[in-house]
This record gives sequence, C-alpha cells and structure tokens, in this order.
Amino acid sequence: MTTPTHSVELSGIVKRFGDFTAVERMDLSIEEGSFVTLLGPSGCGKTTTLRMIAGLLDPSEGDIRIRGRSVTAIPIHKRNLGLVFQNYALFPHKTIYDNVAFGLKYRDIPKSEIAGKVQRALDLVQLPDVGSRHPRQLSGGQQQRIALARAIVIEPDVLLLDEPLSALDANLREDMRVELKRIQAQLGITTIFVTHDQSEALAMSDTIVVMSNGHVEQVGGPEDVYVNPTSAFVARFLGNSNLLPARVGAREGDVVPVTVDGFGTIRLPASRCTAVGQSDRATLVVRSENLRLAGDDAPVPGDALALPADVTTVDYQGQAARYFVRIGDKTLQAVNAIEMHPHRQGARVKAIIRGRDCTLVPEERH
Amino acid sequence: MTERTARLRPWYLLSPALATITFLLVIPTCFILVYSFWLRTATGADQAGFYLSNWKEVLSDPFYRDILFSTLRIAAITTVICALTGYLPAYFIAMSESRHKSLMLLLVMLPFWISYIIRTMSWINILGTTGALNTLLIDLGIIDQPLSLLYNEPAVILGLVNFLLPFMVLNVYVSLEAIDRNLLDASRSLGASELQSFREVTLPLSLPGLAAGGLLCFVLSAGTYITPVILGGPRNAMFANLVFEAIITQLNWPLGSVLSILLLIVLGAIVILYNRLVGIGQFAKTFG
Repeated sequence: MTTPTHSVELSGIVKRFGDFTAVERMDLSIEEGSFVTLLGPSGCGKTTTLRMIAGLLDPSEGDIRIRGRSVTAIPIHKRNLGLVFQNYALFPHKTIYDNVAFGLKYRDIPKSEIAGKVQRALDLVQLPDVGSRHPRQLSGGQQQRIALARAIVIEPDVLLLDEPLSALDANLREDMRVELKRIQAQLGITTIFVTHDQSEALAMSDTIVVMSNGHVEQVGGPEDVYVNPTSAFVARFLGNSNLLPARVGAREGDVVPVTVDGFGTIRLPASRCTAVGQSDRATLVVRSENLRLAGDDAPVPGDALALPADVTTVDYQGQAARYFVRIGDKTLQAVNAIEMHPHRQGARVKAIIRGRDCTLVPEERH
Repeated sequence: MTERTARLRPWYLLSPALATITFLLVIPTCFILVYSFWLRTATGADQAGFYLSNWKEVLSDPFYRDILFSTLRIAAITTVICALTGYLPAYFIAMSESRHKSLMLLLVMLPFWISYIIRTMSWINILGTTGALNTLLIDLGIIDQPLSLLYNEPAVILGLVNFLLPFMVLNVYVSLEAIDRNLLDASRSLGASELQSFREVTLPLSLPGLAAGGLLCFVLSAGTYITPVILGGPRNAMFANLVFEAIITQLNWPLGSVLSILLLIVLGAIVILYNRLVGIGQFAKTFG
C-alpha cells in the first residue's frame, strides 16, 4: 500500500447558507504532518471550512478526502479527527482523567491500556498530576492543554484547532503557541489551525492559507505570504503596509519601472512583479518597516527613491518607533528601529524606498 | 467603612427578603405550630395550652398514616410521569434551531393563563361517562357501555400531570439550553454517536433541571387538594384534603394544624434527603 502524500484534500468545496455563500469553490491539499493555518478576518469562511472538514457542517458541493478516503458522507464520529475549540469545551461533569479518556472508550482499546495512554497525553501537555480534578479547578491555559490532550490521545488523522488561543491572555497565548508547536512537531500530526491572528499564523505554520470573503487569497509559507503578497488584501492583512496606486511601465530586462503618482518612478526587480500581468495599473506594496526614514544628509542607494517627508506622528515603542509621515498629499506609515534617538514630530526627513523591498500586486477594485 | 458596617452590610441588603419571609412564612407557621398544641373541647371551643392529644391521635391512627403514604405515592408517580413526558418537549425546544423557539416556550406556559380549577374540571368533559373519550369510543363501536374513567387514582394523577408538566418542561429546558453546544461537537468528534453523546453529555448536564423540576412537581402534587376533590373518588383523598376537612369543615384548628405541620415536616425531610442524594447544590456548581 502506498502512503498518500496528502493528508487532507478539499476539491471544489462550496458552502452556502441560503443565499449567502460562505465558502466559494475551495481547493486545498494539505501534506501529511504539516501545520496549515487558515488565516483571515471574521466571516472569511475559515471556521466554516474547518467545520466542514470536521463533519460539523456538510459542504453544499465538492468533496473532502482524508488520507485518500472521501469523508463527505461519513458522520463526524467516524472521521477520527481531533478537535480543539476556542472555549476548551471540556466536559464540566467529568474529571480531567475522564475527559481525556472519553475518546478512547469508543475505540477498540483494551481497558488496561487506557490509563497509560491518558497519562502519556497528560505528560505531553505537561500536566501529569491533574487527572482527578474537574475542569473548573484549572486555569484557562491548563484547560486548553487538557482539551489538546483529549484530542491527541485518540491519535487522530488530523488535528483541527478552532482559534484555540483566542480566549487566553497575551502572555499565556505566546507560551501556548510554542507549546502547541512543540507537541505538533513531536507527534508529527497533520494540523489545521484557524485563526485571525497573523502573528500566530506566521510563528506556527508550515503553510498559511489566507482567506477573505469565502475564497482563498493566497497559499504559501509564512515568509512567502509575508514578503511576496499576491494581492492588496494579503498585503494589508499581514503586517503593516503602505499601498500606493501605481502605473506599470514596459519591462526593461529584469527590471520593471513603476511610477507612483506624485512620487516618481521606482525600478522593481521583475521577480517582485509576478503577481501582476500585462496590466497598466497596479498597487505598489511598501511594508512599513521598508519605508526608511533618514536624515537629510543620508546617502541614497542607487535603486532607491528618496522623497522629502514630514513626520506627523511618532508612536514610540522602545526598540522601534512607528511614524506617520506626510509625503506630498499622502500619509504613509514607517516602522524603523531606533539607532540613537527617534525622529521628532514635525521633523523634515528623507523617506527612502528601495525597489527590491517593494511588491507589485494587482490593483484593488472597490 | 468600618469593619462593623462591612460585616453587617449583607444583612442590610437581605433585610427586605428576610422581613418578607419572616412575616409571611415564619410567623404564620409558628402560629400554626402553637395551634397544634391547643385542645378542641367538646363544646367546639379551642382551649389554649400545651396538649399533646392531637399529635397522639394523628400519629397513632393508621387512617392518617395510610393517606400520607398514598399522598406520597401519588406525588412520586406524578413526578416520574412528568419527568418522562416533560423531558422530550424540553429537549425538542432547546435543540430546535427554529426562529419560533420563544413561541414554543410561550405555548408551554399557555395553560397557566387558564385557571387551574377550570383546567382540572375540563377533564370531566373528556373522561366523564358522556365525555369526549367515551362518546368517541362508543361511536367507533369499540365499547358498548361507557368506561368509568373518572373519580379514581389514575384520574387524579392525570390531572396532576396536566397541571405540573409545564413546571418540569421549563426547568429541564433551562438546563438543556445552558449546555454549551461545543460539548456535543467535542463528544461527537471523539467518536461518540448521537445517542452516546446524549447519554454521556446532555443527560448528565441536564440533571440539575430534571432534579429541580422533579422536586417542584413532587412538593406541589403532595400538597394539592383541588385535583383529588374534582377528579378523585371518596377514597382518593390526599393529605391536604384532610387539612381542608379539619379546618374548613370541622373548624378543628388544632387538628388541622397538626396535620399541616406533619406534612411540612415530612416534605421538608424528603427535600433534605433528596438534596443529599441527588445533590442539587453539587450540580449547580457544574455551571459555576
């Protein structure tokens, strides 16, 4: 028997609620053992997609395959999936031990092995001694660890996580992020993670699926979607970007001249323009950390555009500062590391944009 | 704020409730308790004092004991029937995703808009010898002679179930409604079928409502007197009928008081025992 390389495959998945289409023709292949994040704002269809994979919702059209087996007609309790919810969803009337052992009761596992499996799962989430307690006696972070233990103890084909960190406070969230990733890597379990938090997505994922309005905007590794957004939506949603309407000139070898109205022409490497076809109009993406503010006398690299800018707002953040600068009739954001002192509000600076730091994406339609 | 006022503050806040309970419940009950030790003389006048003769009479006469037991039996049967028949509609309404959920709840409460006595009397038109059921069965040729369906214990229980079912439905509904739907999804995802999820998750988490509804049904049916008067026969008297008989008919306040206090003690003991066994408080913590 050959091992299927794709753990989860969605083909042509559509979900409609009455007249509303929550998910539009979605195709996605998820490799065995990978950590895939469905990322997007609320209402983008990410949770709907997860619930369809879980079997909590039936797709209106299309097919879902898990390890090569079509599960579209298989009820949830026969899909062998681990599900973790935002609100933990531990059984309040059962002890932690009984919560974790719950799924094992419905599998052909000898009674003598259940205790050992439960203990190993509790060890894995680093809560080995809480078996006799009830969920209400644990903190939120501990409850979420137990929810994770309960989901992985059944050795599911796929682990589905529905915003599992959103209910935790900020510090705990970062700890759990590391913890979750450690457990996932240790078990090598295929994981689909739903979140609206870009930093969670960037930190944890092998692959990020950026979704908006029921369709997939972009699929790629964290660095790929961050550095090379293929749409204005992705550029806006991940990180902090300045989006400038631009005119695309004729390609000159490996360079594409891009003219931003009122700014001048920036020469971009052709590799930064692949998302745009032969279009005349496009949107230039300048990450706020790539908009460098320098003193008037600073040298300007050859491929860069230097523009006079006025600092209107300084948001001091310690090791860095976020500036709002006025260039011509536009306000742009810049996040720069602070070397000596931050630029002062009202200062006249030079805003430097390098072509190789920019990305060209199709023009936004409104 | 001084420590003293801080310590007394809960009592200030509780005072309206405490005053109401004291004046409307504790003091009248104390009066009844005092009455129960008075003596009714041959002339029909009550003689104040501390006499145990009423208590001796009630506790030694098997007549009172038998009626007490049959009262508790009727209340228990009524409670079980209410639990079995009330759970289903409560479950249906709670799990329904219909927009008309509140309308369904309103329909459950609709019977409360009609006087309890009218609702009880209407069973005479249904179960009587010329009532709807007998007429239908005779017209269908199933029976020749009308069945005597009224004035027996089943008729009393039927009337009580009819009266108490909404209490059970509403109590169970509230606890079902409070169950996080993710728990059921979690249970299903772990491999439990719908039936297994019900048994492992929904049913145990709805027990507080079932327990509260059960207690309410039991206490209300054990204290009822209208239903046996209207739907019961001469031998179906319940304990509250004895109290009514003693106080209203015979004007024997001391005897009626003894019977009242006795019923209060028995029901109180059952409530305490029930609480120990079912642990209403323990279940309440589940949701805390």
